[in-house]
Amino acid sequence: MNDMRIVERLVSTNEIKIAARDVNVHYGSSHALKGVDVDILNGHVTAFIGPSGCGKSTFLRCLNRMNDTIPSAKVTGSILLDDEDIYDPKVDPVRLRAKVGMVFQKPNPFPKSIYDNVAYGPKIHGLTRSRAELDEVVETSLKKAALWNEVKDRLHAPGTGLSGGQQQRLCIARAVATSPEVLLMDEPCSALDPIATAQVEELIDELRTQFAVVIVTHSMQQAARVSQKTAFFHMGNLVEFGETGQIFTNPHDPRTESYISGKIG
Amino acid sequence: MTERTAGATPRRTSLMQLDARTKSRNAAEARFKAYGLGAITIALLALAMLMFSIFSTGSSAFRQTYATFEMMLPAETLDPKGNRDPAEMAKVTTIGYQNVLRGGLIEAVRSAGIVPDGVADSDITGILSPEAAADLRNRVLANPELVGTVVDIDALAHGRIDGYFKGRVTMQSAERDGNITPQRLQLAQAMTDNGLMAIRFNWGFVTKPDASDQRPEAAGLGVAILGSLYMMLVVLVLAVPIGVAASIYLEEFAPKNRWVDVIEVNISNLAAVPSIVFGILGLAIFINFAHLPQSAPIVGGLVLTLMTVPTIIISTRAALKAVPPSIRDAALGIGASRMQSVFHHVLPLAMPGILTGTILGLAQALGETAPLLLIGMVAFVRDYPDAPPAGLFDPASALPVQIYNWTQRADPAFVERASGAIIVLLAFLLVMNAIAIILRRRFERRW
Repeated sequence: MNDMRIVERLVSTNEIKIAARDVNVHYGSSHALKGVDVDILNGHVTAFIGPSGCGKSTFLRCLNRMNDTIPSAKVTGSILLDDEDIYDPKVDPVRLRAKVGMVFQKPNPFPKSIYDNVAYGPKIHGLTRSRAELDEVVETSLKKAALWNEVKDRLHAPGTGLSGGQQQRLCIARAVATSPEVLLMDEPCSALDPIATAQVEELIDELRTQFAVVIVTHSMQQAARVSQKTAFFHMGNLVEFGETGQIFTNPHDPRTESYISGKIG
Repeated sequence: MTERTAGATPRRTSLMQLDARTKSRNAAEARFKAYGLGAITIALLALAMLMFSIFSTGSSAFRQTYATFEMMLPAETLDPKGNRDPAEMAKVTTIGYQNVLRGGLIEAVRSAGIVPDGVADSDITGILSPEAAADLRNRVLANPELVGTVVDIDALAHGRIDGYFKGRVTMQSAERDGNITPQRLQLAQAMTDNGLMAIRFNWGFVTKPDASDQRPEAAGLGVAILGSLYMMLVVLVLAVPIGVAASIYLEEFAPKNRWVDVIEVNISNLAAVPSIVFGILGLAIFINFAHLPQSAPIVGGLVLTLMTVPTIIISTRAALKAVPPSIRDAALGIGASRMQSVFHHVLPLAMPGILTGTILGLAQALGETAPLLLIGMVAFVRDYPDAPPAGLFDPASALPVQIYNWTQRADPAFVERASGAIIVLLAFLLVMNAIAIILRRRFERRW
């Protein structure tokens, strides 16, 4: 069943998964995001780059309504996931977040066992009917996150006892376990060493065969390495959005050029 | 170039030489350390003095003087019908047992040959506590088969005799004392030498009810301990769910607006309200308005609940605040509802803090006296309350109030009793704090 869907996805590789139109975010009186239009494609890794405070994380958090938890945040505009407005009053953010998974900047495994970390999502969403099925989901998720071989002998050891890179891959496995359709990653490698970063980047490239992946990063090399599409944000504006190769070699906007060449930031 | 020469030239200094600035900084640090050490020393000294004064006066309350001898319990006086039916035997009053007991003591002492000539029988019987006969009667009624057999008697000695062995009463003070004579003290000394009197550990102090002003030797903390336990039960059942639920709501669910700020400030204010005010509130609402019985643990528990809830709310909120927000994000990010994120992840992590705060709140409530005085828990209660829940409505005393009560009594024997009661109270508090620490260790998890 899952495998069939993957095949479908590979076929419809240029299909728009998320369409954001004229998205504005206000935190109280400050205007954090100004009229952003972005299309997230299936089977692509989309990278958001830009200096600190430019609104890229804010926009990412709009995509699964994590901004709802910030009382002063106000989001306007429309974000369509498969042509359904995710800010429609009828939409329960809990259902949305099951479809749009998220991996955070700092590895944040639950202080539970590795198994329970991965099994938590499927459990609360009732995705599995039996223990055997759950075991299978945990195994495939850990395999997708390239962690299975390292932890298969100690699934019931605490997840917090893993190394930083392993913890981050555990968080990816946890996000993957609910079989989301989009995976949002907020600077997933900023707390990792170069080796762990390379592993996670490789993983991101593999994951895009199954999900639309959106990644926020401070490292332009990383954006260049892993993404097919790049969006450059500056002072709350989406300055430029296009093919990664074009953004890095032939940016249209002078601000993009000065940022990637290190003149602003 | 000119700028550099005009500025301060970096002087070459040796690491071996301290300059004035470093010296003064080091001196400031040394002074601060000395202040800290001084403060801790003063605190420890104060604690040591407190402990010493309490234990030196109070530890003797756990030891009590008993007259120990063998005697025959005569069936014809204690069970005239001869059928060993406790209901029938209960018709023999304490006075009847007192006569039997006195007879047995006189016989035992006289046959030991330690009584000087000319000492009256009333002097011999005067060494017994008035409570001794009642104790014997209870013992016989509980086990009627004892009648007609020879039994070992452990009779409470009079409070003055007990005081003599504990150094409180002397021959000189006995001469001026209407309750005791030097002859009785000499007799008690002789009985001790002959093994007819002994000082032993006094379980009665923690199990027996309070006794009147005339018989300090019989006074115990049984009713007070039960009353305090019942009140803690009420506080635990009411204050913990209310406090924890309120703080979870305020911390995790409530919108952040002016009203919530007002509520927050008022909870802090509530925690600072003097406890006697809660007593007046309890008197007005629970007794005068709701007509709950006076002196009852339920009322005391309700008043202490009012006092404890703000403390629990404040500590629970601090514990919830200390849980890293990344855990909430993690749970919400994979589609857990707010409630699931709180109950599955935040609450278990906050548990050690919540438990510690709760137990410290309970410990504070256990030692609270003032509000209990106002709701009638200061009364003299001889009867044990029933088992809960019915017993919650029976009159009872409470540990801190019992201490307060005993310090008011005239007989100097109650000084030792009051200090002993303080030791018991401190022991309870120590146990509760130990539980708090153990629970904290057990539930603590790294993240």
